[in-house]
Amino acid sequence: MTITTPKPTKPWRATPKAMVPNFIAGLSVILGTWFLIEFTGLAGKLGAFLAASALAIVTLSLAAGIQRGGQAAKNVAVGTFVAIGAITAMFPVVSILGTVFVRGIRGIYVGFFTNDMSLASVNDPLDKGGILHAIIGTLLLILFAMLISVPLGILTALYLTEIKGPGSRLIRFLVQAMSGVPSIVAGLFIYSAFISGTGRGFSGFMGSLALSILMLPTVARTAEEVLLLIPADLREAGLALGATQWRTVAMVVVPAAKSGLITAVILGVARIAGETAPLLFTTGGGDAVNGNPFDGVMGSIPFAIWKALIAGSEESNARAWASIFILLVIVLALFFSARRLGKRRV
Amino acid sequence: MAEQVTPSSLAGIAGSQPRKSPGTIPLGTGLEARNVHAWFGKNHVLSDISLDFASGTVTALIGPSGCGKSTFIRTLNRMHEFIPTAAMAGEVLLDGKDVYAPGTDVTKIRLKIGMVFQKPNPFPSMSIGENVLAGLKLAQLKQSNKDDLLEECLVRAGLWNEVKDRLDAHGGSLSGGQQQRLCIARSLAVRPQVLLMDEPCSALDPGSTLRIEETIRELSETMTIVIVTHNMQQAARISDYTSFFLADGGPGVMVEVGPTSEIFSRPKDQRTENYVTGRFG
Repeated sequence: MTITTPKPTKPWRATPKAMVPNFIAGLSVILGTWFLIEFTGLAGKLGAFLAASALAIVTLSLAAGIQRGGQAAKNVAVGTFVAIGAITAMFPVVSILGTVFVRGIRGIYVGFFTNDMSLASVNDPLDKGGILHAIIGTLLLILFAMLISVPLGILTALYLTEIKGPGSRLIRFLVQAMSGVPSIVAGLFIYSAFISGTGRGFSGFMGSLALSILMLPTVARTAEEVLLLIPADLREAGLALGATQWRTVAMVVVPAAKSGLITAVILGVARIAGETAPLLFTTGGGDAVNGNPFDGVMGSIPFAIWKALIAGSEESNARAWASIFILLVIVLALFFSARRLGKRRV
Repeated sequence: MAEQVTPSSLAGIAGSQPRKSPGTIPLGTGLEARNVHAWFGKNHVLSDISLDFASGTVTALIGPSGCGKSTFIRTLNRMHEFIPTAAMAGEVLLDGKDVYAPGTDVTKIRLKIGMVFQKPNPFPSMSIGENVLAGLKLAQLKQSNKDDLLEECLVRAGLWNEVKDRLDAHGGSLSGGQQQRLCIARSLAVRPQVLLMDEPCSALDPGSTLRIEETIRELSETMTIVIVTHNMQQAARISDYTSFFLADGGPGVMVEVGPTSEIFSRPKDQRTENYVTGRFG
């Protein structure tokens, strides 16, 4: 018995022929926008965007309405409106990324990654000095902040969702309040508690402590939300097999929430990667490579950016933009690798 | 005396029911699936199903779990495409017109081919009455006398007497069986030609199941019903036609279709016989 299997199709996708009115609508959006900018009071990029948005809603819903009636027209109008909202929200992000890329790429050269600023000043030509010290510093600061706040944050979340022990409400309230702490306060707190008057100097670890204060509530709150999404059935299924609560949480709940917990860590890292204020009174912001987070001043990329920007010369500005570019690349690389880790099935 | 699932008793149940032949009730041509295939991603889950649902008849789809019965009925009212990786081939004709033809308004199709799901899913933010009439609001249909329609739908779904005094109560305050009948009433309010039911009684107790089966028999006077069920006795009791699906390693195929009494008394295919007699394997 042989059945010739046909090709899988998706007949619900619009055919090229059915797309014709949409192409006409798109074309009339472009022409209409040009017309409005050229011949009416609307002007500039904002005017063009507003005109194009309004025209897109009108023409696309008209195209749908002619084909499929008034209900479909409304559906398309709302859908287009939502899409325009999303596009509008993308503008600042894309604009920032674009600016950073265009300006940052100019200051990048090989030595930028292999030199530090110990023998160069921010106003030196770009081929002197680099930000190796800042890259190493930032990675170490993030690493140690993660080592402190990821376990603490996830344990807090587990206490709030799994154990639901005494004081849960108070802890939840304090964690929420903690996420509102201004970042400079975190730095000042570490400075007054651990540095000022103790004889200890600035060090990378102090910076990590300050960053942990900011990272902990983000990790804890996100992890709590994620764990709350795990259905109670799963916990009951584990317990009903005779498992203790600890085994159930460790082998069922946490693995089920794994990708969400990784998201919690990513959000925490995103919160601190670009922080400058907590580092001002804690790391000292050195210019030389320092691999020891427990002793001596430590540079970081945000600190290097700040130093370069306040110098104000053309060279230092270029250096600052290049550093911003590198910081963005590092943060994005962390995000993507964590996303991949989160998706992988064990 | 307890009923035993033996071929003779299933055939007995199936044989004792009044049956309808296609065309006995003039409701249009009905629904026809022509060489329907379905995929999820690269996974071919349903192969070459051709099946006619004559107007005003009840067709039961039986078969082991995972053989594509639910996927099949979801291709009939274009709910299949709701899953991003889904693909299909073939035609589904409603009154002779392909529901997958380009330019077809999918919302109109689903208005004509209603669906009742496995788990009762009344809208949580609406009262009982609002739930029944929700389809009118969602699809923005005009209806002059809503109270009459509300009563009619609840009566046809066999729920009127139980809820007539508390139409403003929360839909979630009903029992599981009542919730499922509420969902049936809800799907009736938009007056579909065809009602697809995906194991509507699988979560219900025997009393509620019996009530819903009566409802299905009554509904079949005015509409076409396709029901997926794992309950062989249910298929024997309520359906005019029974179709047996099986996935043997590969994609699901339809092994056999015929009048219910024949499927349960003298199936043509050995696999069907094994399944309906419980000697499956």
